[in-house]
Amino acid sequence: MTEEVILLDFWASMYGMRTRIALAEKRVKYHYREEDLWNKSSLLLQMNPVHKKIPVLIHNGKPLCESLFQLEYIDETWPEENPLLPSDPYKRARAKFWADIIDKKVNVAGRRIWTTKGEEKEEASKELIEILKTLESELGDKDYFGEETFGYVDIALIGFYSWFGVYDKYGNINIESECPKLIAWAKRCLQRESVAKALPESEKITTFISERRKKLELE
Amino acid sequence: MASGEVKLIGAWASPFVMRPRVALNLKSVPYEFLQETFGSKSELLLKSNPVHKKIPVLLHADKPVCESNIIVEYIDETWSSSGPSLLPSLPYDRAMARFWAAYIDEKWFVALRNFLKAEGEEEKKAVIAEFEEGNALLEKAFIDCSKGKPFFNGDHIGYLDISLGSFLAWLRVTELAASYKLLDEAKTPSLCKWADHFCNDPAVKPVMPETAKLAEFAKKIFAKPQA
Repeated sequence: MTEEVILLDFWASMYGMRTRIALAEKRVKYHYREEDLWNKSSLLLQMNPVHKKIPVLIHNGKPLCESLFQLEYIDETWPEENPLLPSDPYKRARAKFWADIIDKKVNVAGRRIWTTKGEEKEEASKELIEILKTLESELGDKDYFGEETFGYVDIALIGFYSWFGVYDKYGNINIESECPKLIAWAKRCLQRESVAKALPESEKITTFISERRKKLELE
Repeated sequence: MASGEVKLIGAWASPFVMRPRVALNLKSVPYEFLQETFGSKSELLLKSNPVHKKIPVLLHADKPVCESNIIVEYIDETWSSSGPSLLPSLPYDRAMARFWAAYIDEKWFVALRNFLKAEGEEEKKAVIAEFEEGNALLEKAFIDCSKGKPFFNGDHIGYLDISLGSFLAWLRVTELAASYKLLDEAKTPSLCKWADHFCNDPAVKPVMPETAKLAEFAKKIFAKPQA
Protein backbone atom coordinates (compact mmCIF):
# COMPACT_ATOMS: atom_id res chain seq x y z
CA MET A 1 0.00 0.00 0.00
CA THR A 2 1.42 3.43 -0.88
CA GLU A 3 1.77 5.51 2.21
CA GLU A 4 0.90 9.15 2.01
CA VAL A 5 2.17 11.29 4.84
CA ILE A 6 1.58 15.03 4.95
CA LEU A 7 2.68 17.42 7.66
CA LEU A 8 0.92 20.77 8.06
CA ASP A 9 3.39 22.89 9.97
CA PHE A 10 4.96 26.29 10.60
CA TRP A 11 8.73 26.63 10.27
CA ALA A 12 9.29 28.26 13.68
CA SER A 13 7.02 25.96 15.68
CA MET A 14 8.87 24.02 18.36
CA TYR A 15 5.96 21.56 18.27
CA GLY A 16 6.18 21.03 14.51
CA MET A 17 9.92 20.43 14.95
CA ARG A 18 9.07 17.42 17.15
CA THR A 19 7.10 15.72 14.41
CA ARG A 20 9.68 16.56 11.75
CA ILE A 21 12.40 14.98 13.91
CA ALA A 22 10.35 11.85 14.64
CA LEU A 23 9.51 11.29 10.97
CA ALA A 24 13.19 11.74 10.05
CA GLU A 25 14.32 9.35 12.80
CA LYS A 26 11.96 6.75 11.34
CA ARG A 27 13.03 7.60 7.75
CA VAL A 28 9.43 8.23 6.75
CA LYS A 29 9.02 10.23 3.55
CA TYR A 30 6.45 12.99 3.84
CA HIS A 31 5.17 16.14 2.14
CA TYR A 32 5.81 19.26 4.19
CA ARG A 33 3.21 22.03 3.84
CA GLU A 34 3.99 25.41 5.33
CA GLU A 35 0.98 27.10 6.92
CA ASP A 36 0.50 30.84 7.26
CA LEU A 37 -0.79 31.02 10.83
CA TRP A 38 -2.45 34.38 10.11
CA ASN A 39 -4.26 32.97 7.10
CA LYS A 40 -4.94 29.32 7.83
CA SER A 41 -5.62 26.99 4.91
CA SER A 42 -8.96 25.30 4.47
CA LEU A 43 -7.10 21.98 4.71
CA LEU A 44 -5.81 22.87 8.18
CA LEU A 45 -9.24 24.00 9.36
CA GLN A 46 -10.77 20.83 7.97
CA MET A 47 -8.13 18.52 9.48
CA ASN A 48 -8.01 20.17 12.91
CA PRO A 49 -11.44 21.75 13.40
CA VAL A 50 -11.24 21.50 17.20
CA HIS A 51 -8.02 23.47 17.80
CA LYS A 52 -7.18 24.86 14.31
CA LYS A 53 -3.49 24.46 15.15
CA ILE A 54 -0.36 23.01 13.64
CA PRO A 55 1.28 20.57 13.49
CA VAL A 56 -1.23 18.24 11.88
CA LEU A 57 0.02 14.89 10.62
CA ILE A 58 -2.15 13.42 7.87
CA HIS A 59 -1.52 9.72 7.27
CA ASN A 60 -3.38 8.24 4.31
CA GLY A 61 -5.99 10.98 4.62
CA LYS A 62 -6.53 10.59 8.38
CA PRO A 63 -5.50 13.56 10.58
CA LEU A 64 -3.59 13.33 13.85
CA CYS A 65 -3.28 16.39 16.06
CA GLU A 66 -1.13 17.33 19.06
CA SER A 67 2.61 16.81 18.63
CA LEU A 68 3.24 14.43 21.55
CA PHE A 69 0.44 12.11 20.36
CA GLN A 70 1.95 12.30 16.87
CA LEU A 71 5.29 11.12 18.32
CA GLU A 72 3.63 8.09 19.91
CA TYR A 73 1.67 7.37 16.75
CA ILE A 74 4.83 7.55 14.64
CA ASP A 75 6.63 5.27 17.10
CA GLU A 76 3.78 2.72 17.06
CA THR A 77 3.21 2.85 13.29
CA TRP A 78 6.89 2.55 12.28
CA PRO A 79 8.28 0.49 15.16
CA GLU A 80 11.32 -1.02 13.43
CA GLU A 81 13.62 2.01 13.22
CA ASN A 82 14.96 3.97 16.20
CA PRO A 83 12.38 3.40 18.95
CA LEU A 84 11.39 6.75 20.45
CA LEU A 85 9.83 5.49 23.68
CA PRO A 86 11.26 2.83 26.00
CA SER A 87 9.44 -0.51 26.16
CA ASP A 88 9.40 -0.70 29.97
CA PRO A 89 6.05 0.68 31.28
CA TYR A 90 7.65 2.56 34.20
CA LYS A 91 10.22 4.25 31.96
CA ARG A 92 7.47 5.10 29.48
CA ALA A 93 5.40 6.69 32.23
CA ARG A 94 8.41 8.76 33.36
CA ALA A 95 9.08 9.88 29.78
CA LYS A 96 5.45 10.99 29.35
CA PHE A 97 5.56 12.75 32.72
CA TRP A 98 8.56 14.87 31.67
CA ALA A 99 7.14 15.61 28.24
CA ASP A 100 3.92 16.75 29.96
CA ILE A 101 5.94 19.12 32.20
CA ILE A 102 7.71 20.53 29.16
CA ASP A 103 4.33 21.15 27.52
CA LYS A 104 2.80 22.73 30.61
CA LYS A 105 5.67 24.98 31.63
CA VAL A 106 8.30 25.85 29.01
CA ASN A 107 6.23 27.65 26.37
CA VAL A 108 3.97 29.32 28.91
CA ALA A 109 6.97 31.04 30.49
CA GLY A 110 8.83 31.47 27.21
CA ARG A 111 5.94 33.14 25.44
CA ARG A 112 5.34 35.54 28.32
CA ILE A 113 8.98 36.64 28.14
CA TRP A 114 8.61 38.12 24.66
CA THR A 115 5.01 39.31 24.91
CA THR A 116 5.02 41.13 28.26
CA LYS A 117 6.90 43.89 30.06
CA GLY A 118 8.13 44.86 33.49
CA GLU A 119 7.29 42.66 36.47
CA GLU A 120 5.37 40.09 34.43
CA LYS A 121 8.34 39.62 32.10
CA GLU A 122 10.75 39.32 35.04
CA GLU A 123 8.57 36.70 36.67
CA ALA A 124 8.38 34.75 33.40
CA SER A 125 12.18 34.84 33.05
CA LYS A 126 12.58 33.46 36.57
CA GLU A 127 10.02 30.72 35.87
CA LEU A 128 11.74 29.71 32.64
CA ILE A 129 15.15 29.40 34.30
CA GLU A 130 13.56 27.41 37.10
CA ILE A 131 11.93 24.89 34.77
CA LEU A 132 15.07 24.59 32.63
CA LYS A 133 17.12 23.92 35.78
CA THR A 134 14.62 21.24 36.83
CA LEU A 135 14.98 19.63 33.43
CA GLU A 136 18.77 19.92 33.60
CA SER A 137 18.74 18.18 36.97
CA GLU A 138 16.55 15.40 35.55
CA LEU A 139 19.05 14.97 32.71
CA GLY A 140 21.87 14.66 35.26
CA ASP A 141 24.99 13.12 33.76
CA LYS A 142 23.14 11.23 31.05
CA ASP A 143 23.81 11.94 27.38
CA TYR A 144 20.10 12.08 26.66
CA PHE A 145 16.86 12.19 28.64
CA GLY A 146 16.14 8.79 27.14
CA GLU A 147 19.22 7.43 28.97
CA GLU A 148 21.43 5.69 26.41
CA THR A 149 19.48 6.76 23.37
CA PHE A 150 17.95 9.90 21.95
CA GLY A 151 14.19 9.66 22.29
CA TYR A 152 10.78 11.05 23.16
CA VAL A 153 11.72 13.54 25.89
CA ASP A 154 14.74 14.81 23.95
CA ILE A 155 12.48 15.33 20.93
CA ALA A 156 9.85 17.05 23.11
CA LEU A 157 12.37 19.62 24.37
CA ILE A 158 14.97 20.19 21.64
CA GLY A 159 12.83 22.50 19.47
CA PHE A 160 12.82 25.08 22.28
CA TYR A 161 16.61 25.36 21.91
CA SER A 162 16.10 27.33 18.71
CA TRP A 163 14.07 29.80 20.77
CA PHE A 164 16.66 30.27 23.53
CA GLY A 165 18.08 33.31 21.69
CA VAL A 166 14.63 34.95 21.91
CA TYR A 167 14.31 34.18 25.62
CA ASP A 168 17.86 35.42 26.35
CA LYS A 169 17.35 38.65 24.41
CA TYR A 170 13.94 39.66 25.71
CA GLY A 171 14.22 38.04 29.12
CA ASN A 172 17.62 39.54 29.91
CA ILE A 173 18.90 36.13 30.87
CA ASN A 174 21.72 33.87 29.77
CA ILE A 175 20.46 30.32 29.55
CA GLU A 176 23.91 28.93 28.70
CA SER A 177 25.46 30.23 31.91
CA GLU A 178 22.48 29.14 34.02
CA CYS A 179 22.12 25.69 32.46
CA PRO A 180 25.42 24.67 30.83
CA LYS A 181 24.65 20.94 30.87
CA LEU A 182 21.38 21.54 29.07
CA ILE A 183 23.18 23.50 26.34
CA ALA A 184 25.74 20.68 26.03
CA TRP A 185 22.82 18.25 25.65
CA ALA A 186 21.24 20.45 22.95
CA LYS A 187 24.49 20.60 20.97
CA ARG A 188 24.78 16.82 21.26
CA CYS A 189 21.25 16.45 19.85
CA LEU A 190 22.08 18.84 17.01
CA GLN A 191 24.71 16.39 15.81
CA ARG A 192 21.86 14.13 14.74
CA GLU A 193 20.81 14.79 11.16
CA SER A 194 17.09 14.62 12.05
CA VAL A 195 17.51 17.46 14.55
CA ALA A 196 19.91 19.59 12.49
CA LYS A 197 17.47 19.55 9.57
CA ALA A 198 14.38 20.24 11.68
CA LEU A 199 15.62 23.18 13.74
CA PRO A 200 15.81 26.60 12.07
CA GLU A 201 18.76 28.85 12.89
CA SER A 202 18.29 30.70 16.14
CA GLU A 203 18.85 34.11 14.46
CA LYS A 204 16.01 33.48 12.05
CA ILE A 205 13.61 32.96 14.96
CA THR A 206 14.91 36.01 16.80
CA THR A 207 14.33 38.15 13.68
CA PHE A 208 10.86 36.68 13.26
CA ILE A 209 9.94 37.50 16.87
CA SER A 210 11.33 41.01 16.54
CA GLU A 211 8.93 41.52 13.62
CA ARG A 212 6.04 39.98 15.60
CA ARG A 213 6.74 42.34 18.50
CA LYS A 214 6.64 45.35 16.14
CA LYS A 215 3.26 44.18 14.82
CA LEU A 216 2.03 43.70 18.40
CA GLU A 217 3.42 47.17 19.20
CA LEU A 218 5.76 45.84 21.84
CA GLU A 219 8.79 47.64 20.48
CA MET B 1 1.86 -10.72 36.20
CA ALA B 2 3.36 -7.53 37.59
CA SER B 3 4.65 -7.89 41.12
CA GLY B 4 5.06 -5.40 43.93
CA GLU B 5 2.74 -3.66 46.33
CA VAL B 6 0.39 -1.06 44.90
CA LYS B 7 -0.60 2.08 46.76
CA LEU B 8 -2.56 5.08 45.54
CA ILE B 9 -2.23 8.49 47.17
CA GLY B 10 -5.46 10.38 46.59
CA ALA B 11 -8.76 11.73 47.85
CA TRP B 12 -12.30 10.37 47.42
CA ALA B 13 -13.66 13.57 45.89
CA SER B 14 -11.02 14.06 43.20
CA PRO B 15 -12.07 13.12 39.67
CA PHE B 16 -8.41 12.71 38.75
CA VAL B 17 -7.90 10.20 41.56
CA MET B 18 -11.00 8.30 40.44
CA ARG B 19 -9.31 7.51 37.12
CA PRO B 20 -6.59 5.15 38.38
CA ARG B 21 -9.07 3.63 40.88
CA VAL B 22 -11.39 2.59 38.04
CA ALA B 23 -8.41 1.30 36.04
CA LEU B 24 -7.09 -0.76 38.96
CA ASN B 25 -10.59 -2.19 39.50
CA LEU B 26 -10.91 -3.10 35.83
CA LYS B 27 -7.60 -4.95 36.07
CA SER B 28 -8.57 -6.56 39.42
CA VAL B 29 -5.43 -5.15 41.05
CA PRO B 30 -5.67 -4.82 44.83
CA TYR B 31 -4.23 -1.59 46.24
CA GLU B 32 -3.97 0.42 49.42
CA PHE B 33 -5.77 3.76 49.19
CA LEU B 34 -3.89 6.43 51.10
CA GLN B 35 -6.28 9.33 51.60
CA GLU B 36 -4.89 12.82 51.82
CA THR B 37 -6.54 15.24 54.23
CA PHE B 38 -8.10 18.16 52.39
CA GLY B 39 -6.03 21.29 52.92
CA SER B 40 -2.73 19.61 53.74
CA LYS B 41 -0.19 17.47 51.88
CA SER B 42 1.48 14.43 53.43
CA GLU B 43 5.25 13.88 53.52
CA LEU B 44 4.77 10.87 51.29
CA LEU B 45 2.94 12.93 48.65
CA LEU B 46 5.57 15.69 48.67
CA LYS B 47 8.35 13.10 48.41
CA SER B 48 6.60 11.09 45.66
CA ASN B 49 5.58 14.05 43.50
CA PRO B 50 8.04 16.86 44.29
CA VAL B 51 7.47 18.64 40.97
CA HIS B 52 3.68 19.06 41.11
CA LYS B 53 2.87 18.06 44.74
CA LYS B 54 -0.51 16.80 43.46
CA ILE B 55 -2.69 13.71 43.69
CA PRO B 56 -3.13 11.08 42.35
CA VAL B 57 0.24 9.35 42.74
CA LEU B 58 0.47 5.62 42.13
CA LEU B 59 3.22 3.86 44.06
CA HIS B 60 4.13 0.51 42.54
CA ALA B 61 6.79 -1.26 44.61
CA ASP B 62 7.45 2.26 45.98
CA LYS B 63 8.13 3.73 42.52
CA PRO B 64 5.93 6.77 41.89
CA VAL B 65 3.84 7.35 38.76
CA CYS B 66 2.16 10.77 38.47
CA GLU B 67 -0.55 12.42 36.31
CA SER B 68 -3.87 10.57 36.14
CA ASN B 69 -3.96 9.76 32.40
CA ILE B 70 -0.32 8.64 32.47
CA ILE B 71 -1.12 6.42 35.47
CA VAL B 72 -4.06 4.82 33.59
CA GLU B 73 -1.78 3.98 30.65
CA TYR B 74 0.84 2.61 33.04
CA ILE B 75 -1.78 0.35 34.67
CA ASP B 76 -2.91 -0.86 31.24
CA GLU B 77 0.64 -1.69 30.15
CA THR B 78 1.78 -3.23 33.44
CA TRP B 79 -1.24 -5.49 33.94
CA SER B 80 -1.78 -6.08 30.23
CA SER B 81 -2.70 -9.73 30.63
CA SER B 82 -5.37 -8.96 33.22
CA GLY B 83 -8.78 -7.81 32.03
CA PRO B 84 -9.51 -6.08 28.72
CA SER B 85 -7.19 -3.47 27.16
CA LEU B 86 -7.94 0.07 28.24
CA LEU B 87 -6.68 1.56 24.98
CA PRO B 88 -7.73 0.54 21.45
CA SER B 89 -5.35 -1.72 19.54
CA LEU B 90 -4.83 0.40 16.40
CA PRO B 91 -2.31 3.26 16.64
CA TYR B 92 -4.75 5.73 15.01
CA ASP B 93 -7.57 4.91 17.43
CA ARG B 94 -5.12 5.19 20.35
CA ALA B 95 -4.03 8.63 19.14
CA MET B 96 -7.69 9.70 18.93
CA ALA B 97 -8.40 8.45 22.46
CA ARG B 98 -5.42 10.46 23.77
CA PHE B 99 -6.49 13.52 21.77
CA TRP B 100 -10.01 13.52 23.21
CA ALA B 101 -8.76 12.85 26.75
CA ALA B 102 -6.49 15.91 26.46
CA TYR B 103 -9.41 17.96 25.06
CA ILE B 104 -11.57 16.91 28.01
CA ASP B 105 -8.98 18.08 30.54
CA GLU B 106 -7.87 21.25 28.76
CA LYS B 107 -11.18 22.55 27.42
CA TRP B 108 -14.29 20.65 28.52
CA PHE B 109 -13.47 20.49 32.22
CA VAL B 110 -12.37 24.15 32.23
CA ALA B 111 -15.78 25.09 30.75
CA LEU B 112 -17.48 22.98 33.44
CA ARG B 113 -15.53 24.76 36.19
CA ASN B 114 -16.39 28.15 34.68
CA PHE B 115 -20.09 27.33 34.92
CA LEU B 116 -20.40 28.21 38.57
CA LYS B 117 -17.98 31.13 38.39
CA ALA B 118 -19.98 32.91 35.67
CA GLU B 119 -21.73 36.08 36.81
CA GLY B 120 -24.34 38.05 34.95
CA GLU B 121 -26.54 36.99 32.03
CA GLU B 122 -23.98 37.63 29.27
CA GLU B 123 -21.21 35.62 30.91
CA LYS B 124 -23.60 32.79 31.77
CA LYS B 125 -24.82 32.62 28.16
CA ALA B 126 -21.23 32.50 26.88
CA VAL B 127 -20.25 29.72 29.30
CA ILE B 128 -23.33 27.67 28.39
CA ALA B 129 -22.60 28.07 24.67
CA GLU B 130 -18.97 27.01 25.17
CA PHE B 131 -19.92 24.00 27.24
CA GLU B 132 -22.62 22.85 24.82
CA GLU B 133 -20.24 23.20 21.88
CA GLY B 134 -17.86 20.88 23.74
CA ASN B 135 -20.64 18.42 24.44
CA ALA B 136 -21.59 18.33 20.77
CA LEU B 137 -17.98 17.52 19.89
CA LEU B 138 -17.87 14.73 22.47
CA GLU B 139 -21.21 13.33 21.28
CA LYS B 140 -19.74 13.01 17.78
CA ALA B 141 -16.45 11.64 19.15
CA PHE B 142 -18.42 9.01 21.05
CA ILE B 143 -20.27 7.91 17.92
CA ASP B 144 -16.97 7.75 15.99
CA CYS B 145 -14.99 5.91 18.68
CA SER B 146 -17.65 3.52 20.00
CA LYS B 147 -18.72 2.27 16.56
CA GLY B 148 -22.11 1.22 17.93
CA LYS B 149 -20.83 -0.27 21.19
CA PRO B 150 -21.71 1.00 24.68
CA PHE B 151 -18.35 2.65 25.49
CA PHE B 152 -15.80 4.93 23.80
CA ASN B 153 -13.49 1.92 24.06
CA GLY B 154 -16.06 -0.50 22.59
CA ASP B 155 -17.47 -3.35 24.64
CA HIS B 156 -15.56 -2.43 27.79
CA ILE B 157 -14.68 0.73 29.67
CA GLY B 158 -11.34 2.17 28.57
CA TYR B 159 -9.00 5.13 28.84
CA LEU B 160 -11.33 7.70 27.26
CA ASP B 161 -14.42 6.47 29.14
CA ILE B 162 -12.44 6.82 32.37
CA SER B 163 -11.15 10.26 31.39
CA LEU B 164 -14.66 11.69 30.84
CA GLY B 165 -16.59 9.49 33.25
CA SER B 166 -14.49 10.60 36.21
CA PHE B 167 -16.09 14.06 35.90
CA LEU B 168 -19.71 12.83 36.00
CA ALA B 169 -20.18 13.25 39.76
CA TRP B 170 -18.91 16.84 39.61
CA LEU B 171 -21.09 17.44 36.55
CA ARG B 172 -24.15 16.37 38.59
CA VAL B 173 -23.14 18.64 41.48
CA THR B 174 -22.77 21.54 39.04
CA GLU B 175 -26.19 20.78 37.52
CA LEU B 176 -27.77 20.99 40.97
CA ALA B 177 -25.99 24.22 41.88
CA ALA B 178 -26.71 25.91 38.54
CA SER B 179 -30.22 24.43 38.14
CA TYR B 180 -29.32 23.61 34.58
CA LYS B 181 -29.21 20.32 32.72
CA LEU B 182 -25.62 19.97 31.49
CA LEU B 183 -26.04 16.54 29.91
CA ASP B 184 -29.33 16.69 28.04
CA GLU B 185 -30.90 13.58 26.43
CA ALA B 186 -32.35 15.77 23.68
CA LYS B 187 -29.00 17.28 22.72
CA THR B 188 -26.55 14.47 23.47
CA PRO B 189 -28.53 11.22 23.58
CA SER B 190 -25.53 8.93 23.06
CA LEU B 191 -23.49 10.57 25.82
CA CYS B 192 -26.43 10.26 28.22
CA LYS B 193 -26.79 6.53 27.52
CA TRP B 194 -23.04 6.13 27.86
CA ALA B 195 -23.06 7.98 31.21
CA ASP B 196 -25.64 5.52 32.52
CA HIS B 197 -23.61 2.51 31.41
CA PHE B 198 -20.45 3.99 32.88
CA CYS B 199 -21.95 4.78 36.27
CA ASN B 200 -23.49 1.32 36.59
CA ASP B 201 -20.31 -0.56 35.81
CA PRO B 202 -19.09 -2.64 38.78
CA ALA B 203 -15.57 -1.19 38.44
CA VAL B 204 -16.97 2.35 38.72
CA LYS B 205 -19.79 2.13 41.31
CA PRO B 206 -17.60 1.68 44.40
CA VAL B 207 -15.42 4.70 43.58
CA MET B 208 -17.93 7.17 42.13
CA PRO B 209 -18.68 9.79 44.81
CA GLU B 210 -22.37 10.07 45.79
CA THR B 211 -23.83 13.30 44.47
CA ALA B 212 -25.24 14.46 47.83
CA LYS B 213 -21.99 13.81 49.68
CA LEU B 214 -20.00 15.59 46.95
CA ALA B 215 -22.40 18.55 46.94
CA GLU B 216 -21.88 18.95 50.72
CA PHE B 217 -18.12 18.78 50.23
CA ALA B 218 -18.28 21.32 47.39
CA LYS B 219 -20.25 23.75 49.59
CA LYS B 220 -17.54 23.45 52.24
CA ILE B 221 -14.56 23.99 49.96
CA PHE B 222 -16.07 26.74 47.84
CA ALA B 223 -17.65 28.56 50.76
CA LYS B 224 -16.57 32.17 51.08
CA PRO B 225 -14.46 32.67 54.25
CA GLN B 226 -16.30 34.24 57.17
CA ALA B 227 -15.42 37.90 57.69
